[in-house]
Amino acid sequence: MTDPILTIKNLTVDLPEGGDRPHAVEKLSVDIAPKEIVCIVGESGSGKSITSFTTMGLLPKALKPSTGEVIFEGQDVLKLSPREHAKLRGSRMAMIFQEPMSALNPCYTVGDQIEEVFEQHTSLSKAERKAKTIKLLDEVQLPEPERIYSSYPHQLSGGQRQRIVIAIALALDPSLLIADEPTTALDLSTQAQILHLFKELREKHSAGIMFVTHDFDVVAEIADKVVVMKEGKIVEQGTAEEVLNRPKHPYTRKLIDAVPRRTGSVNAHMTEKHKVMEVLGLNKTFHTKGTMFKPSRTVHACKDINFIVHRGETLGIVGESGSGKSTLVKCLIRLEDPDSGSVIIDGSDIAQFTPKLLHPYRKSIQIVFQDPYGSLNPRRTIGDQLVEGPINFGEDRAHAMERAKKLMEIVRLEQDALYRYPAQFSGGQRQRICIARALMVEPEVLIADEAVSALDVSVQKEVLKLLNEIRDEMGLTVLFITHDLRVAAQICDNLVVMQNGEIVERGNVDEVFGHPKHDYTKKLLSAQPGQNWNVPDISKLPPVDPALLDQALNQPMGAVR
Amino acid sequence: MYIYILKRLGLALLVAFTVSAISFSLLFMAGDPAIAIAGENASMEDIQMVNDRYGFDRPIVVQYFEWLGKAASGDLGNSWYFDLPVSDLIVDRLSVTMLLGLLSISFALLLAIPMGVAAAMKPNSLIDRAALFISVVGQAIPSFWFGLILIVVFSIKLGLVPASGSTSWAHFILPTIVLGYYATPAIMRLTRAGMLEVLSADYIRTARAKGLDSRKIMFKHALRNAIIPVISLAAVQMGFMLGGSIVVESIFALHGAGFLAWESISRNDLPTMQALILIFSMFYIFFTFLADILNAWMDPRLRIA
Repeated sequence: MTDPILTIKNLTVDLPEGGDRPHAVEKLSVDIAPKEIVCIVGESGSGKSITSFTTMGLLPKALKPSTGEVIFEGQDVLKLSPREHAKLRGSRMAMIFQEPMSALNPCYTVGDQIEEVFEQHTSLSKAERKAKTIKLLDEVQLPEPERIYSSYPHQLSGGQRQRIVIAIALALDPSLLIADEPTTALDLSTQAQILHLFKELREKHSAGIMFVTHDFDVVAEIADKVVVMKEGKIVEQGTAEEVLNRPKHPYTRKLIDAVPRRTGSVNAHMTEKHKVMEVLGLNKTFHTKGTMFKPSRTVHACKDINFIVHRGETLGIVGESGSGKSTLVKCLIRLEDPDSGSVIIDGSDIAQFTPKLLHPYRKSIQIVFQDPYGSLNPRRTIGDQLVEGPINFGEDRAHAMERAKKLMEIVRLEQDALYRYPAQFSGGQRQRICIARALMVEPEVLIADEAVSALDVSVQKEVLKLLNEIRDEMGLTVLFITHDLRVAAQICDNLVVMQNGEIVERGNVDEVFGHPKHDYTKKLLSAQPGQNWNVPDISKLPPVDPALLDQALNQPMGAVR
Repeated sequence: MYIYILKRLGLALLVAFTVSAISFSLLFMAGDPAIAIAGENASMEDIQMVNDRYGFDRPIVVQYFEWLGKAASGDLGNSWYFDLPVSDLIVDRLSVTMLLGLLSISFALLLAIPMGVAAAMKPNSLIDRAALFISVVGQAIPSFWFGLILIVVFSIKLGLVPASGSTSWAHFILPTIVLGYYATPAIMRLTRAGMLEVLSADYIRTARAKGLDSRKIMFKHALRNAIIPVISLAAVQMGFMLGGSIVVESIFALHGAGFLAWESISRNDLPTMQALILIFSMFYIFFTFLADILNAWMDPRLRIA
């Protein structure tokens, strides 16, 4: 093996006093060789981004590396002055970020933003810079490089913008490429393309790649080596083959065990066939007003949507961004008014009800939103927010509070949580609270709109389990909206796949995922990363080495909730 | 971009037209202008004479279009008090006010933007505190008092600059400081807030990851984004300075348009008032238009017509 490009030795980065732990990163050591993709995996708060920022010299001012070395091309970058470190950035080491939508300056053309790298680090002429930039745009497989060159970021899609950011990173052929969750914010098919691009680039350039991610399927797709981090420490590292298939550390095992399987669940709980909700021929179009200079545009967000949901069923609505699934949800709960069609609940078509007529039906459909941080009012106690719904429907407060206490038990939170504020809870706990809030008015249908997408995998697994239990115990009907096929496979009985506002495929999970008929479904399935990896059955692995178990028990298990 | 400019221009013209209609109808809202001219004890014949001369008894619409047509060709009627063509009066006085306005806004921008940027680069530092202090003082001091203090110190005690008049550039120093300082706090605070927000944006991190030097990050990437709302604010401030310079003009006896407005109001000189309102609002519209164009030039997302 060749000499490593980057050697991190014993790195410790201190957190400011008053944090939940003294170090953001503790005694971390990693090697990255040329043409090697090293994945750093961990849940949020594990210190994986801090590691990459330290290497790049982009740490926030409050954080300082206290001990250790980060040796890059023979010199310790921690000993460099900020100016010297800046000289390496963009030329010898480069970084790709998670949020392509905001990573580019809206005021300059993307061509200009790529050229800046040449301007800063080389003495090429204007024409040479442009020629190189066009070549780069071609290399990251953007169509019509000349046109893209003079486009502004807002004129490009998320995937295209991420390619621009990659082009910026590749501009001077750096020997180290750091990618911080580069595909997390992208759609499945865009993610597949970008991951493919990474693999190609590794072959063409000889860079070593540090790839930070939380997604084990992505790891399985591209990693050569895996480093698993938890609370600032490395708990396990090894080749991808070893770590993915024979994880040694209990924490790694727990994470891999939480990876959603790609096979459907057995839906034995469905016994009765009582129609709870029926949607018939639902249409919704949006019109942008035309002006003197621009023709009006019509977007068909929902085209002739039909489906039936039975009691106790979980129906998954799967689609990428822009597929119309969010508009459909808004029409179902009447946050948008459908243009035509029916939404029949309990024999009444609520699609065309006036707000007044609609009011009693409001409680029969409840929703849990994606962002557990934004959907609770930070200034009111959990209890206040839970009883608000029932009180609105005429229940007295004391009675509602009693039920709220019972629900806290069902979602596995302490009863005194009712007297606390949202800021005192973690993301997973907040999502449980949101579920409890939705259940307070005893709905018939619970809509989970990307309800687990923002959560770490292990937390995600818990919340999905909870949803399943509640459905079975309460005979609830769940509409599960998601872009994540694996999650859909885990929780849903039946699926509808949406594309451009239309349902293109439907059926039970095994039919749709096992024998997809529509091209779009096939494309979605093939875009799924980590297909060649058979997630190991953790229970069949040899027992954990007792030494590791002791170590794991002595650590506070902050991520287990 | 051209379509955007055309649309903005069309909009500006419509606003100008509406403002002219309102400013004209002011004449009739204040009561019968013929009686106002002829005086309280005038006979019917006197009033008739005034009506014959000025044509107040014709339909308002006819009078409006006649006035508009004349205004467009530069004829704004005769001042009742000065008995001079209003256009001559205004051209004479406006040059003083325009000069004062431009000097003041430049002073304000040159003081506020560097201060705002410096404050945002090191929040809660000594520089930030000093900038906050300067801006709070500017907000709190009434401009007439500040003006008088400056006159006492710099004209009377030190004898450095003239206290009143508008004959040389030195006469403009104190009024510029007073009027410009008044506009400084808002611009500075907006620059600081904008810079702070932009500096934490993801694209600034991208710029740092490219290894750009900090000067380039500050001025090319951060300031351009932060300055956009400041331009809009400066346009409004500039409009305010033209119309609202009355106090400052009176203190320093600068005979500008603000002073003229005060004179015409106190003397019930309707044609002059009408013309001034029209001119001030035209400038307001012009500066807002200019700010829109500048903003679109700075931020491509605004160019979508």
